[in-house]
Amino acid sequence: MRDVLTIGGKELTNRLFLGTGKFPAKSIIPKVIKNSETQVVTVAIRRVDLNGEQENILNYIDKDCILMPNTSGARTAEEAVRIAHIARAAGCGNWIKIEVINDNKYLLPDNYETIKATEILAKEDFVVLPYVSPDLMVAKALVNAGAAAVMPLGAPIGSNRGLKTKELIRILIDEIDLPIIVDAGIGKPSQAAEAMEMGADAVLVNTAIATADDPIKMAAAFNFAVKAGRLAYLAGPGAEKIHGEASSPLTGFLR
Amino acid sequence: MTFYEKILELEHFDLKKSWNSITDKIVQKAIHKYTLNTLDFLALLSPAAEKYIEEMAQIAHKLTLQNFGKVIFLYTPMYLSNYCVNSCAYCGFNAKNKILRRTLTLEEVEVESKIIAETGLRHILILTGESRAHANLDYLLACVNILKKYFTSISIEVYPMDKKEYQQLIKAGVDGITIYQETYNRSRYDQVHLAGPKKDYRYRLEAPERAGEAGMRSINIGALLGLADWRFDAYYTGLHAKYLQDKYPGAEISISLPRLRPHVGSFQPVNMASDKDLVQTMLALRLFLPRVGITISTRERAEFRDNLVRLGVTKMSAGSCTEVGGHSQNHSSAGQFKISDERSVTQVKEAILNKGYQPVLKDWQYI
Ligand code: SF4
Repeated sequence: MRDVLTIGGKELTNRLFLGTGKFPAKSIIPKVIKNSETQVVTVAIRRVDLNGEQENILNYIDKDCILMPNTSGARTAEEAVRIAHIARAAGCGNWIKIEVINDNKYLLPDNYETIKATEILAKEDFVVLPYVSPDLMVAKALVNAGAAAVMPLGAPIGSNRGLKTKELIRILIDEIDLPIIVDAGIGKPSQAAEAMEMGADAVLVNTAIATADDPIKMAAAFNFAVKAGRLAYLAGPGAEKIHGEASSPLTGFLR
Repeated sequence: MTFYEKILELEHFDLKKSWNSITDKIVQKAIHKYTLNTLDFLALLSPAAEKYIEEMAQIAHKLTLQNFGKVIFLYTPMYLSNYCVNSCAYCGFNAKNKILRRTLTLEEVEVESKIIAETGLRHILILTGESRAHANLDYLLACVNILKKYFTSISIEVYPMDKKEYQQLIKAGVDGITIYQETYNRSRYDQVHLAGPKKDYRYRLEAPERAGEAGMRSINIGALLGLADWRFDAYYTGLHAKYLQDKYPGAEISISLPRLRPHVGSFQPVNMASDKDLVQTMLALRLFLPRVGITISTRERAEFRDNLVRLGVTKMSAGSCTEVGGHSQNHSSAGQFKISDERSVTQVKEAILNKGYQPVLKDWQYI
């Protein structure tokens, strides 16, 4: 059976999403996309310069990829909505990753404003992918608001600290019927594999690839890791044992 | 508590004595902490920390990569007017200086904008001296209206204003403010600001707070290193940035590290910050405030600027000219200070790419 992830009516066979900020040059992005085999690429609308041929990031993204513009820089739901409108007017399709951050110290998302923006944009037929701190009640509200997926953070943006919120994300995976895409915090391929093994539907990586010494190679490494993690999840890993004991020290008497 | 009140409190604290009491062990501990407090920051600025500069650089480099990536944001200044009623001892626009003065007409602003926009730059910083008679709020609003057609981010570096005025500018399309306290040392401030409204230390100091209250998106502060003890001003700048970051978490706070440059007039710095001092300041700031932007202008030499790329700088000016109308006309007025890096925008972009970084010309969008 083909293993596909469906979001907004699109079927994806690759589960690594790519962020485009932070790269040492725009010119390497096509190679990074090729090596990561990604099908979904996010761009910050604040960075898109439609008037500059060389400077326009969109010119470096494979036309076969799904563009997922994001609302980076929005501090309120209202600003996120306005940025989404700019994205649509610029011809960036109808996917939108909502980022509402009113905290420049930790870059933690404002879940409340994110729900509001999701509700408004889902009604306007956007495919809405909100970026949030993992929280079950928030995720449920996002389902009701019409989100197409939920993107919980593994750790603060750019921190490369890995899956610090693992237990909370695990709850979302168990309880929420939308795709769960782990966004932010993943610093190494092994951490991406860990998220996929746990049952995440996809991961989004930017900093860890963009700031590697060789981003093109690192893109390939993440591609393999995400695939391996997904395969392991589908294969159903054996239950983890806390202690490696052969017998049953507590219930052996029942025999 | 406003930052002014904080300063009054801090003045009881003997910084020189503290710096001399910092040991290697304190410095080492501070360098490797995940979250640094103000005392750790103080330690990193100490003479004892000088020999740990490479160790600090390694961490600063990593933190900058994580938080900003391999990118450098570019902008250029546009001088609108060099009329000034102040007499700042260190500045070429000083009211006492007999220089050619002018204010750009709105037509000239349009011409300048066109020429700058052709370089691909989308972020502009507009500057004036302090003379409401020659560049009042209405004039600035009219300029912003023109600039909006060419640029996606407009910052102002003008005289300090009231919250209401900042609100009007924001509504018109301004998203950033740059205002330097020049020096946080109050007595030195009084000495070098010989006359004019700028003598009011507190009104200037609290301008970033008024801008923050007004909802300004980015706030850039700084001290003119060399006016007073650089260590003192570096420390206060860091505390000021932290104060603003805590109070206005929605604003992007950044710090400029300008050093005194030669100009018309004869003012000499009392305490020139060396290249090494500037680097130590930048590294200490990065470790203390990993998310704060750091700006280096063309006051610095090209080669030195290029070397700073890997140490924590996030923003640079390019293709700068400190003369009014300098982007489109030749020497029609005097400049504010001498620039050292005279490379074109294309050349600066190339140099940044050669360092393995991406020059970013657009990082904001008027919404
Ligand atoms: S520093 Fe500013 S206020 Fe002072 S003289 Fe120069 S232009 Fe005028």
